[in-house]
Amino acid sequence: MNERLELPQGTLDLLILKIVALGSIHGYAIAQRLQQVSHDEVQVPQGSLYPALHRLEYRGLLKSEWNSTEGGREAKFYSLTRKGCAQLETETATWERLTTAVSLVLNLSEGGAE
Amino acid sequence: MNWFRRLFNRGKLDAQLEKEMRFHIEQHTQDLIERGYAPAEAHRQALIALGGAERVKQECREARGTRWLEDLGQDVGFALRSLWQKPGFAAVALLTLALGTGATTLIFTLINGVLLKPLPYANADRLLVLQEKTDYSTRIGDLWAFAYPNYADCKREMSGLDLMAFLYNGGTVSTTKNAEFVDAYDVSANLFPLLGVQMAYGRSFLPEEDRMGAPPVAILGYGVWQRLFGGDETAVGKSVTFDQKTYTIVGIAPPGFALEGGLELEGETGLFTPLGQETAPFLARRDRHGLGVWAKLHPGTSLSDARTQLSVIGTRLTRQYPDSNKGRTFIADPLRPEVGDSLPGFANNTRSTLWLLFGAVTLVLLIACVNVASLLLARAVSRERELAIRVALGASRARVVRQCLTESAVLGLLGGGFGVFFAFFALGPFIAFWPGGLPRAREAHLDWRVMLFGFGVSLLSGVLFGLAPALRVPVRNLEQALRAGARTLAGTSRRMHSSYVVSELALAVVLLVSAGILARTLLRLSSLNPGIDIHNVFTGRMALAPSTLKDPNATRAAWDKVLSSASQVPGVEAVSLVDTVPMREGSNPMGYSTKPGISPSDPSQPTTLGSSVTPDYLKVMRIPLQEGRFFTEQDRFNTARVVVIDDVMARKAFPGEEPVGKPIWLDLGSDPWTVVGVVGHVRYWGLASDDQAQVRAQLYYPFSQVPDQWVRRWSELMSIAVRTKVEPLSVLPVLRQAVRGATGDQVIYQVRSMEQLASRSIARQRFLFVLFGLFAALALLLACIGIYGVLAYLTSQRVPEIGIRIALGANPNRVVRLVMRQSLRMIAIGVVLGALGALAATSLLQRLVDGVQKADPSSFVLMIVVLMAAALAASFIPARRASRIDPLKASRQE
Repeated sequence: MNERLELPQGTLDLLILKIVALGSIHGYAIAQRLQQVSHDEVQVPQGSLYPALHRLEYRGLLKSEWNSTEGGREAKFYSLTRKGCAQLETETATWERLTTAVSLVLNLSEGGAE
Repeated sequence: MNWFRRLFNRGKLDAQLEKEMRFHIEQHTQDLIERGYAPAEAHRQALIALGGAERVKQECREARGTRWLEDLGQDVGFALRSLWQKPGFAAVALLTLALGTGATTLIFTLINGVLLKPLPYANADRLLVLQEKTDYSTRIGDLWAFAYPNYADCKREMSGLDLMAFLYNGGTVSTTKNAEFVDAYDVSANLFPLLGVQMAYGRSFLPEEDRMGAPPVAILGYGVWQRLFGGDETAVGKSVTFDQKTYTIVGIAPPGFALEGGLELEGETGLFTPLGQETAPFLARRDRHGLGVWAKLHPGTSLSDARTQLSVIGTRLTRQYPDSNKGRTFIADPLRPEVGDSLPGFANNTRSTLWLLFGAVTLVLLIACVNVASLLLARAVSRERELAIRVALGASRARVVRQCLTESAVLGLLGGGFGVFFAFFALGPFIAFWPGGLPRAREAHLDWRVMLFGFGVSLLSGVLFGLAPALRVPVRNLEQALRAGARTLAGTSRRMHSSYVVSELALAVVLLVSAGILARTLLRLSSLNPGIDIHNVFTGRMALAPSTLKDPNATRAAWDKVLSSASQVPGVEAVSLVDTVPMREGSNPMGYSTKPGISPSDPSQPTTLGSSVTPDYLKVMRIPLQEGRFFTEQDRFNTARVVVIDDVMARKAFPGEEPVGKPIWLDLGSDPWTVVGVVGHVRYWGLASDDQAQVRAQLYYPFSQVPDQWVRRWSELMSIAVRTKVEPLSVLPVLRQAVRGATGDQVIYQVRSMEQLASRSIARQRFLFVLFGLFAALALLLACIGIYGVLAYLTSQRVPEIGIRIALGANPNRVVRLVMRQSLRMIAIGVVLGALGALAATSLLQRLVDGVQKADPSSFVLMIVVLMAAALAASFIPARRASRIDPLKASRQE
């Protein structure tokens, strides 16, 4: 198994917001989903997931309520607030601008080496 | 959920967190079991994946943002408990801090009330004081009171502000039973409403009463009302006589009301009358100044608007009335409390006294802080292992530093609390102790600003003395700290301790030397010869019956009558009149010329202090006659005009010549006067200030030769001086009766014995000395406690080492020397640094306090010797203890 990638600082929040944006979801499912969608490439320490969730909740980006799961258990479900939606949009845009800019620079340096 | 609710719903939030974690782990376990793990192994794997449920929970809790507050509560509780466990340490630290912050808060209360607080008027920030300013200076400067016509022009032409005016008009107020001299003012009718002053009873003046020919009305001061009417409310509507005119009382001013802000008068004003009714002829003249003018800006008008308008009017009046208004403009400044800086040379320099005291208490506070800091540091060193354990168990360094700072802040706030408590009780006695009465003392009380100051000072000092110990929290070499425990001493702590002792000693030296210099000043001043015999003499201002003032000859006769009846009072040895009394407020500087043809009033001419007296003045004051003669009853209005000068003026005006017989020109008519005698110099400006006074030359002229047109004015300012054979003030009641005159309304007021005046002239020096002495003693005590504590601590750290030395054969004397050498070095450095600071303090004192001479080595040496002796004594005890260490026991301590 390849060494899995460490998440850059601050991107965990963005990923959480994105996943929660897809629908109300509980913490364990978020962890599962993160691993699935990133094809096990990204290592999300489950330990830092919950503090991040709580921080986002206290900042008013997420809201939570207790609901029953499919298995009939009670779990804490997170969903996006309006503020969270806006935050997701701006952070996504920022992320895209950043990655575009970074790859531009990288391509440029390749071209220059030729 | 907001922050506040998060803090108080901790329990519920924790339960939810717990449930969430449990759900996660159970789900994960379930998944793993489905993938084929054994249940126990699945559970273990789930826990590992989460990375420690407790840690995650803790991090989630921290995400709430209320953590620091919970910690704070915990730390405060911990701090209080550890203080409680060490009552000795707590008592010493709290007492030290309470003294420091208490003294500082006390002085700040006064500074706040007396210097910083605005005047007690409505919208005091919009009040202005208006003055006339000339482009030349006379002996009294370039600022003038207003002339009435100038005021009237400004009032009519200015917009966006209201002008109000007042005119001093002291006089005798009487009812059928009592008479009393009062400070009175003519005031414009708008003055009370504009200042927002409410009458205690009755009403203030109406606009229609503020004009010529309106029925005469008056407002009585509260104290006068109490004395003349016994505080009877029905006095409103009754009548009083003031300077022979009958007025109807319309109101009683609130207690303690005085027009503050530009006037130097003792206590409250006695009587107010409407300015518009004043008939004094000089009010019509543009060259007669005397009107106080204030203004209140309308909201929206600025000070610079007012200034622009004033300068426009000033320029126009200069052109229109060149005779009186040449070079004259009008200026406006914010109205500020006047606290007595305007009379140089008299003992009322409140502002600089307060700041000097504030400086001194700040030094005491600093010493207190350093003291507590060294106590705390000693504790921190012995707690090193405890702190290291905390860090080892995972507390972050910031967290431990915060805990240490919380502890010292708790200590600081507790000490400060006691300090403010102490200041609250000390305030009253302290104000009573202030020399000559503290101006605006009514304004000094503990208000929110003082509380804020006390809180700030306590917190700041807490952080100040807690910082050094807190920063010692170990970061690296944890295991070394753990292993070494409390016994070994890092070099940094020793240096820190030494620097504490050094700074404490340096601060104490500054205070001690200052106190020493003030003590010497006081000793020197009180041994000075005032030039008069101050024992068994009193003076008082005297108001003649107004009916006698109309005709100069009648006035002179009335004074003769007063003198002859006063001299017959049993116990009176001699009595005379004098217009300006030495060492009391008020002086009459006048120009003179010794050559014909030069005007004595020309600004280039020298100045002398003129006093008009009657022949017995020399006998009353016992001023030595050095040459020629003093005045006699034969020096009358129609005889040759004569003056007597003092030896200072003799040397200055007639250097190397015989003064007696020389002519001299004065600002009293154009004919020359003849010098007939020379008398000794009198310390007119007070014991402390006479040497520095600008005008020291003195000249006496007979009251009987004052020209007719001035007799009335002179008589209004006249005082009576009485030498007695018995205790001076004991003859006063009989004397008062004897001089009441035919109409019974001649009164003596503001009576002072010359001893009182002389003592008051050095009251400021005495006051500063007493307080600096007190602060210096406190500083010395604190510094000794500090040095003792530090040395005892440092020595106790060296017990095993000293034990080995003794075991190897060092004798006790050597051990004592060893410890003493350590303290001597600290003392020496402290004294040198302190001496430098003391030099600076001395030059400050010299500038601010009259009579303080250049740094004199003897008080330096004396005070430094005192300090060193005390410091050495304090270090001797631990040194001796060290010399008696039992090597056996010491080695067992290892």
